[in-house]
Amino acid sequence: MLYTKDRPGESIVVRGARVLDPVEGIDAVLDVRIDDGAIAAIGEQLDTNEHRVVDGAGLVLAPAFVDPHVHLRTPGREDEETIASGTQAAAAGGFCVILAMPNTDPVVDSAATLGALVEAAGREAEIAVGFLAAITRGQRGEELTEMAELADAGAVAFSDDGVPVASAGMMRRALQYSSITGRKLALHCEERSLSHDGHVHEGAVAAELGFAGYPSVAESVMVERDLALAAYEGQPIHLLHLSSAESVAALRRARAAGVAVTAEVTPHHLVLTDDVVRSLDPNVKMNPPLRAELDRAALLDALRDGTIESIATDHAPHALHEKDVPFEAAPFGVTGLETAFAVLYTRLVQPGLLPLATLVERMTAGPARAFGLDRPRVAVGAAANLVLLDLEREWDVDVQSFRSRSRNSWLLGERLTGVVAMTIAGGAVAFEA
Amino acid sequence: MTSIRLVRDDLRPPGPPPRRHLLSVSDLTRDDVQRLLGTARTFESALDREVKKLPTLKGRLVVNLFYEASTRTSSSFELAAKRLSADTLTIKSAGSSVDKGESLKDTAQTLGAYDPDVIVIRHPQIGAPQLVARVTDAHVVNAGDGKHQHPTQALLDLYTMQQEFDRLEGLHVAVVGDVLHSRVARSLLQAFALVGIRCTLVGPPALLPRGLDAEMTTDIGVIRDADVVYVLRMQQERMEAGANYVPSLREYAARWGVTPDRLRPGQKVMHPGPMNRGVEIDPRVADSVDALVETQVRSGLVIRMAVLYDVLTGGPVGVRALAAAEVA
Repeated sequence: MLYTKDRPGESIVVRGARVLDPVEGIDAVLDVRIDDGAIAAIGEQLDTNEHRVVDGAGLVLAPAFVDPHVHLRTPGREDEETIASGTQAAAAGGFCVILAMPNTDPVVDSAATLGALVEAAGREAEIAVGFLAAITRGQRGEELTEMAELADAGAVAFSDDGVPVASAGMMRRALQYSSITGRKLALHCEERSLSHDGHVHEGAVAAELGFAGYPSVAESVMVERDLALAAYEGQPIHLLHLSSAESVAALRRARAAGVAVTAEVTPHHLVLTDDVVRSLDPNVKMNPPLRAELDRAALLDALRDGTIESIATDHAPHALHEKDVPFEAAPFGVTGLETAFAVLYTRLVQPGLLPLATLVERMTAGPARAFGLDRPRVAVGAAANLVLLDLEREWDVDVQSFRSRSRNSWLLGERLTGVVAMTIAGGAVAFEA
Repeated sequence: MTSIRLVRDDLRPPGPPPRRHLLSVSDLTRDDVQRLLGTARTFESALDREVKKLPTLKGRLVVNLFYEASTRTSSSFELAAKRLSADTLTIKSAGSSVDKGESLKDTAQTLGAYDPDVIVIRHPQIGAPQLVARVTDAHVVNAGDGKHQHPTQALLDLYTMQQEFDRLEGLHVAVVGDVLHSRVARSLLQAFALVGIRCTLVGPPALLPRGLDAEMTTDIGVIRDADVVYVLRMQQERMEAGANYVPSLREYAARWGVTPDRLRPGQKVMHPGPMNRGVEIDPRVADSVDALVETQVRSGLVIRMAVLYDVLTGGPVGVRALAAAEVA
């Protein structure tokens, strides 16, 4: 289900880093020895065995991150991102696994299209990539894709991300049929008859600026519908990029009722509100839109207490000229792979709003569990999927700092704390600052 | 790459003051509004002369870039610039390279190559004037961007009210109609707050924006209490089929149309134009002596003269300053 280019496992000793793996219950200054790509020993004063020695003093060594929601724009818009550039960007952001959405051109709705991606990932991917396939052909919401064949060809899950599955009947059929594949549906919840031409959260800012409002209930009524259908069919679902307090409330109720549901939230929905839209900067235009402070607070609470267990970047690269237009004409989406950890560390961990261990868990074990992937971990015998973080260093986000082919980041010009010093993915060094 | 610096930065003379734009009423202070209204009054008295042209902006270039149909706004900006002796260039999207798919950024930069002093832009998309300000060196004046802002309309309306009532503070204005789709309403609301005018928004439930910090009601009866009834155009061109903001224009006219029997005798009525007679405004109201529609158009000319003058000179203007400019 995950694909990457073949690289020999490396042998490395990371000396004296603060090793942090909340799931394994480790938080101590230790050495970690990697033999041929697998963690061989964790302890004090380990022999180097003539391995490469990386000085971890003053740094944090944690499981590398998993991003369940990335747009690699391949096939069709390789000018915006490729498997190579997207996975390089991911490695630079500390990720060892990313999952790519199928809303490409053509849509990933056939084994042939998926097969070509799997093959390309085997040549180009710097870190492991999993591909989601579409729920419906062409994401048109009319006919199911051949899910069994797509699962055999390597699809990690199914999603029509970017567009909702409008018909409740179609959603029910998708839940029923996908059950034979053992793969989840990952759902973009949006009732288009409520959001229709909305660009901005319906509230004071949209009213003041004159934007057609995209109300929070446009998301939550669809969340409620899909939770009801998932409960009725007894099938697990994953809710993509939640943005509203109403959706969080629905998620809590469904959890309490025993529905098998997982959910994700993006860094921008955790730290921004619609207030920033006053700048009319096309780089704060995304779907779902940035919402009100009470929504942001509800999302952060849900992330903290584990109701939402995954952080997802929804990395959505766009060509420069497509964002260099009036706000209203700009496409939805922002990049995020290379800034996700640093912005959450700077804006949430440093001010004491989120423990570092929780952040690490929600960027590693949370999303891995949601999609049935091996959890990156610091444990003897595990493949080395590790990130080395410098939590003291500051950096300025500028165009030059990106490995992504696109630069539509809302963080351009910001100063962040927290630098990814090294990413080890699948036993090989995928990135080194 | 190292650049050779002949003068240390702290020894350089101060640079030019920041460019002045008029993108939104929210950029203005109460003082700015008072100054602009004062300048407009000065220009108005100049227009009473036999020769109406002032040499104030001689040699300046004003580009009017209109991406939306407009009669009164484009003609009034063009005439305002001409009355101040500026050179003008008016580009309408139809028949220009915009028709060939040129992006706003490229069109703005192309026109920017002529070094215009001011670019006046009307565009159907929110944020277009901000983009033009970003990619050119001109002073940018927003002549209407989507449903966002129409600041010169709000200023000319204030000017009209001041002429009529000799004051602004303490007035009560009822704004009636399609507030949701109205850039005029949004600019007015901010302008009213700046000068201390009380505002009540009246319209059908779905056309009153949710979350707007304003006095809002669906009851047309309240307009009788206002000093001025400001009637918004029912924006039929923005009403997509099946949107169902109101069941029909007929029902809208019956419920929210401004008719003589809903007004007090002598109550003043304003409308930004163009009017849909028989929909939002009864023809008898439109043609009555209490309708200030033509005054609004005349105010538009002097306000736009004042705005062009103000963004280019950037200082408080009195009669003295104006006279000096005429001599120059």
